[in-house]
Amino acid sequence: MRVVLDHITKRFADVTAVSDFSATLNDGELVCLLGPSGCGKSTLLNMLSGILPVSDGKIFFDDEDVTMLPPEQRGIGLVFQNYALYPHMTVLGNICFPLETQHVPKEERLARANEIAKLVHVDMLMNRRPAELSGGQQQRVAIARALVKNPRLLLLDEPLSNLDARLRLEMREEIRRIQQRTGVTTIFVTHDQEEAMSISDHIVLMKLGVLQQNDLPQNLYNEPANQFVADFLGNPPINNLPGTVSGGAFITEEGDGVVKMPLFEGIADGRKVNLSVRSESFVLDPDGPLACEVTRVYQMGKEEMAYFKLGECDFRAYIDADEGLKVGNRVRLNLKKRGVFVFDRETGERIK
Amino acid sequence: MKKEKQSVDRELVDRSFFSRVEPYLYLLPFFLGIVVFTLYPVVNVVLMSFKEDYSYLSRSFTQWGFGNYRIVLSNRYFGQAVGNTIKYVLLVVPISTCIAVVVAYLLNQKLRFNALFQTAYFLPMVTSVTAVGLSWKLMYNQNFGIINYLLSFLGIDPVPWLVNASWSLPALVIFGIWNILPFTIILLLSGLQNIDPQYYTAARVDGSKSLRIFFRITVPLLAPTIFLVCIVNTISSFKVFSELYPLFSGKPGPFNNMYTVVYYIRKAMTDRKYAVAAAAAIILFLFIFAFTMIQTFVRKRMERRGQ
Repeated sequence: MRVVLDHITKRFADVTAVSDFSATLNDGELVCLLGPSGCGKSTLLNMLSGILPVSDGKIFFDDEDVTMLPPEQRGIGLVFQNYALYPHMTVLGNICFPLETQHVPKEERLARANEIAKLVHVDMLMNRRPAELSGGQQQRVAIARALVKNPRLLLLDEPLSNLDARLRLEMREEIRRIQQRTGVTTIFVTHDQEEAMSISDHIVLMKLGVLQQNDLPQNLYNEPANQFVADFLGNPPINNLPGTVSGGAFITEEGDGVVKMPLFEGIADGRKVNLSVRSESFVLDPDGPLACEVTRVYQMGKEEMAYFKLGECDFRAYIDADEGLKVGNRVRLNLKKRGVFVFDRETGERIK
Repeated sequence: MKKEKQSVDRELVDRSFFSRVEPYLYLLPFFLGIVVFTLYPVVNVVLMSFKEDYSYLSRSFTQWGFGNYRIVLSNRYFGQAVGNTIKYVLLVVPISTCIAVVVAYLLNQKLRFNALFQTAYFLPMVTSVTAVGLSWKLMYNQNFGIINYLLSFLGIDPVPWLVNASWSLPALVIFGIWNILPFTIILLLSGLQNIDPQYYTAARVDGSKSLRIFFRITVPLLAPTIFLVCIVNTISSFKVFSELYPLFSGKPGPFNNMYTVVYYIRKAMTDRKYAVAAAAAIILFLFIFAFTMIQTFVRKRMERRGQ
């Protein structure tokens, strides 16, 4: 099912949690709502589920306007951050509960519950109580409970944040597998960029209630729409070198680097910009424009993570271990074509 | 190794003798109070109940034995008292619990004038039972009472609440329920507030209506508190006396028909039959003990059975 958010705004008493948000989410995709804490992503999810009413705008499921529909009529499955499994019911009772309210006959209820339990691999835990399950198992049961009523849309609110690191990896693969098996359109809220990058078909990146970019994961990384997107994605974070444009070249504020790239042609002289470079986009080059000093070197196997200092500006880069960098070395760096962006320093907008 | 550890321990003990004793010193005053006013009387009651022909003034008795228990158990008023008390408990506890669950549930909603309702419901708790009992006595009055006045609008003839033997138990039970409600509601309300509202959201998203949420989510999650309330109220209802006393002007019902166990005990005491009263008190204790055990057993069974 295709989900269309049409100029959605949510105002609380004194804050606007989501403002003028428009996006289309494609049928059958797993979409991540990504953003730092407090960016309005959970608010948006709650509006999709119908738990929160919208202040302005419309929500469409396919062509149906569901803006005013209560949660139970929207045909959604919701997985809560802390799962909210009913503690007094067994796993079977939990999975069956949504069907019970739909007055599905008992035999069909059991059949469907067993089928979905097999899909999420909890079929051998049917008689346990939630308190007797591990975090990952509770998560699976919560997903089963959300899926058992064949929802049009599956909503997951930070589903992995209560799990330890190893389980988190395992469960995100699981969520991906289950989503692909069922083909249900899924919206997944997270603040973890790595999680979002690894499992989603599309990522919707938000900041302070405003949509930043709605794109394929690799596009978010390779073609960030603005400074925030570039900063938010990538580990280690992208390196920002402040400077000004002059005569089609970039002049660093720190040190005396003059970077000439086609990128800067056509930018007005004197414009204050950031040259943002991914850590993997530096190369050692005796004729490179950036003269800097090596301040730290970490071995990472084939590559090294080196810290450089250019004037007062620090940045990190992956360098081939064969180069044998030592702390205190003075080297010159050049830039690759990929992973190099220019952003306006005031507005953060990308300059192409 | 062991020797070394012991010597270290001794050193520690020597050095910190005061710090080890200190907490007990703080406990001592209250503990003395408990010993003098609770433990001593309890032990004394148990002993006294086995002293035959006990004289309170001379503290003399003829022999140890079950004489007092025989007196109590063969007394027809005691039999009546046990019957009345059990009926009272079996009516008051379930009815008051059911009403309290509903009221607490409503009070837990975000209602307008919530503070007003809460104050109104909790008012009986800060009033004296005896004083309120006198008001109820007036309200129950067959000719001038407000209850019969209100019932007259429903076309019901005046009910002889306090003057007819068959109406004295209902009168006592209604007053008892009213009296026990606030405490029950407070406990249940705190139980309700401990339920994570996310369960309600989850159930609502799953399409459950309020009534189903109430019976399938709220009540089961509240079950531990409900059991607690039942046990506490059973114990206090078995000791019903202060509700009875003002209602019938100190008499056990209009025709001595509303004896309760505690009334019987009190009567024995005013008759200076302390040992008999003690025996009756022990029997009451056994009843309460048995009922509480049954409730605990039922609870364990239900927990194991699950939903």
